[in-house]
Amino acid sequence: MRERLNRLLLNVIAVLVAAVFAGGITSLILLTRGDSPTFVISQMWDYGTQRSTELTIMNGATVYYLSAVAVAIGFRMNLFNIGVDGQYRLAAMLAGAFAGSVSLPNGLRQTATILVAMLAGAAWAGLVALLKVRRGVSEVISTIMLNFIATGLIAYLMRPSIFGHRFGNDVTTKPIPKSGQVGGLDLIPNSGGKVYGLILLAVAVGVAFHVVVNYTRFGFDLRATGRSATAAQASGVNVKKMTAATLVMSGATAGLVGMPALLGDSHSYSSITFQTGLGFTGIAIALLGRNNPIGIAFAAVLWSFLDNSATILDLNNIPKEVVQITQGVVVLSVVIAYELVRRLALVRQQRAVGRAVAPPPGTPVVEGAPA
Amino acid sequence: MHGITKRFPGVVANKDIDLVVQRGHVHAIVGENGAGKSTLMNTLYGMHKPDEGTVVIDGKPVVFSSPSDAIAVGIGMVHQHFMLADNFTVLENIVLGSEPTHAGVLDFRAARKKISEISDTYGLAIHPDDLVEDLGVGLRQRVEICKVLYRGARILILDEPTAVLVPQEVDELFANLRELKAEGLTVLFISHKLDEVLRVADEITVIRRGTTVRTVNPKDVTARQLAELMVGGQLPVPELRESTVTDTVELTLDHVSVRTPDGRPVVDDVSLAIRKGEIVGLAGVEGNGQAELVEAIMGMRPLASGSIQLGGQDISRWHTRRRREAGIGYIPEDRHRHGLLLEAPLWENRMLGHQTERPNSRGPWVDRAGARRDTKRVVEDYDVRTPGIDVTAASLSGGNQQKFIVGREMSGSMQVLIASHPTRGVDVGAQAAIWDHLRNARAAGLAVLLISADLDELIGMSDTLRVILRGRLVGEVDPRTVTPEELGSAMTGANTVADGAPS
Repeated sequence: MRERLNRLLLNVIAVLVAAVFAGGITSLILLTRGDSPTFVISQMWDYGTQRSTELTIMNGATVYYLSAVAVAIGFRMNLFNIGVDGQYRLAAMLAGAFAGSVSLPNGLRQTATILVAMLAGAAWAGLVALLKVRRGVSEVISTIMLNFIATGLIAYLMRPSIFGHRFGNDVTTKPIPKSGQVGGLDLIPNSGGKVYGLILLAVAVGVAFHVVVNYTRFGFDLRATGRSATAAQASGVNVKKMTAATLVMSGATAGLVGMPALLGDSHSYSSITFQTGLGFTGIAIALLGRNNPIGIAFAAVLWSFLDNSATILDLNNIPKEVVQITQGVVVLSVVIAYELVRRLALVRQQRAVGRAVAPPPGTPVVEGAPA
Repeated sequence: MHGITKRFPGVVANKDIDLVVQRGHVHAIVGENGAGKSTLMNTLYGMHKPDEGTVVIDGKPVVFSSPSDAIAVGIGMVHQHFMLADNFTVLENIVLGSEPTHAGVLDFRAARKKISEISDTYGLAIHPDDLVEDLGVGLRQRVEICKVLYRGARILILDEPTAVLVPQEVDELFANLRELKAEGLTVLFISHKLDEVLRVADEITVIRRGTTVRTVNPKDVTARQLAELMVGGQLPVPELRESTVTDTVELTLDHVSVRTPDGRPVVDDVSLAIRKGEIVGLAGVEGNGQAELVEAIMGMRPLASGSIQLGGQDISRWHTRRRREAGIGYIPEDRHRHGLLLEAPLWENRMLGHQTERPNSRGPWVDRAGARRDTKRVVEDYDVRTPGIDVTAASLSGGNQQKFIVGREMSGSMQVLIASHPTRGVDVGAQAAIWDHLRNARAAGLAVLLISADLDELIGMSDTLRVILRGRLVGEVDPRTVTPEELGSAMTGANTVADGAPS
């Protein structure tokens, strides 16, 4: 127990050190431009804690969280799913087209839409699984490639003759009627808007991830494979099956990424305005949150805070892109800090074990035993 | 080298080492795994600095801060694992890192001439333009030796050079070493194979628990005396008492063959039966198909032909997990690669390989309480020295890791145990304990397949002893009458083994 507390403390210190380091680098850059770091921080804090900004932070974090969990599922088994981006965009587009054209009773319609999105994401990731298991193609390569193919496929499917509808300059899927939407929650009063109703889905996904990874046999196999594929295989894990299952699960989760905005805000998939690039943000947040469902939640909120509170900087003639430097440095330094903590903890433990089991000085060493 | 001490976090790897090596000698350094041989040699090669002590070469004290300093004074090291680029020629590999250039252009002509000279002088018989991927293990090793000679080494460190060689290659290597010696070079030879050391060394230094115990002349000692110096006391004796062999056949291999992906047979038509209460030993030089046979039994490698039966059921097409659930325990040869999750806590390692069985899980759920309780039992019953079950497997010593694996694999209702080098790299105390557990399990009716490189262990612990050579079972010897020498020559195929007394 004490050991675990120590370890937690070490990790928290690692994050703080990384944050201070990232803040320092960002401050240096601001100073070279002649801006005051304290001014920037106070501006961001003031703006970020306004009710309306809190709302956008919350909604942004919800989406980031889903994306990061999708990435983390792969990471727990040493699989690098860079394809969350393509998976969620394709899923959102197909789900949007589905929800706009199919009429089902209220409730069922939303559920069916979400299922379609999960299936689409899973299928797209399933291609990766197939390539990896059957042909040994590295998932890093195939997911990157499939991101591009997804972009092309979406453009094709969004032609007016298939799923697209002209909407001024934009081409969108058919708008989802009221009965197929998911209403918001009034979690932040006086913010002038509502939090995505599907924030509950994100929470459920986080809980499910935690339970599956830590409390089920499947989760044990997954973690074992991630730690040592050879040992897992010798223990009877079918590594190929696990690889396929993990990728498909990661893809299904990725399919959810577009849902809060699709069902709660835009009500259609738009070629122009639908948010892209969330899959890559998810990678950074998963790293920051150490692939842990609670860690990822904190990381998602932090990330979203930086993103949204920085918009104020433009009004002060400071490029808001400066927070991207902060985000980048935080991720890099936190990854290094986690690794240092991991090694430190291992060495400390080896020492502690060595001390604990060593015979007290002076005792004669027993050589062998009567056979 | 004088008074060398090297500390690592938590342990003192070397303490007050004194080592004097004469020029033109082959000087062997022997000790158990983890005694500190490699640490010492890495110090000498400049891989790390000693915390205390001095190194003196030709009367001059030296301090190395990197291997290049060591190379500069003529020390070269041949590692146990070769560091050669397969798709390069011998020449390219040798010059790699110190490429000869002429006005900025690679100049291979001088290098080729020098390599040929070295090869001729020391009888290495290597050809500069061969591709390394076409060479056998013995030749690759000679390329490594040539590489360090090319860089001007006068003192060669060979780290466990015979571990990867078959006996004929060992003979060739020893012939090369004599050539080197005749030319006035000095060789430091690290090994724990005592008979080899006795054959080739001019002097032997024994290291135990990080410090030098004694330097002896090979003419004055026997292998057994050396072994006792290495472990510092009486050796435990592997032996079985009364036979517990029953008539019930538990595991049958029926004309089993395994091929490599390129179609070469590595296990060739092996038929074997193990009965309840019987330990069947499999003797063979490493790399003769034992590892592949074990992986085939465990379902980690597909059979090319033949079948495997467990208790009368054909399990040839079963997946590893099903075989394990059916009661096959497995002590893997390489516990770090196949036996443990090093960075996972002990209780999770208790589950590994048995994660679908009680008390580790209930249906799809992990049973933490059950697994933890049973981990405590294993730790107690098998005398695993650990402060708790939440520490990572990596923090235990090798012997304790092995005892833990043995305990785990003997838990539950096991019918068969595949024990691959069960006492490799463990201290004598753990070795004796593991033998005890094997004996008890045998008495309780377990069928055991024992694979080991330790001939005394094989002879002492087997009811039946089979010899494997190039993937084929070539003979059966009676463990009650056979000597290690006879078994050794049978393993190399020196004489086709005559059947021992009927068993």
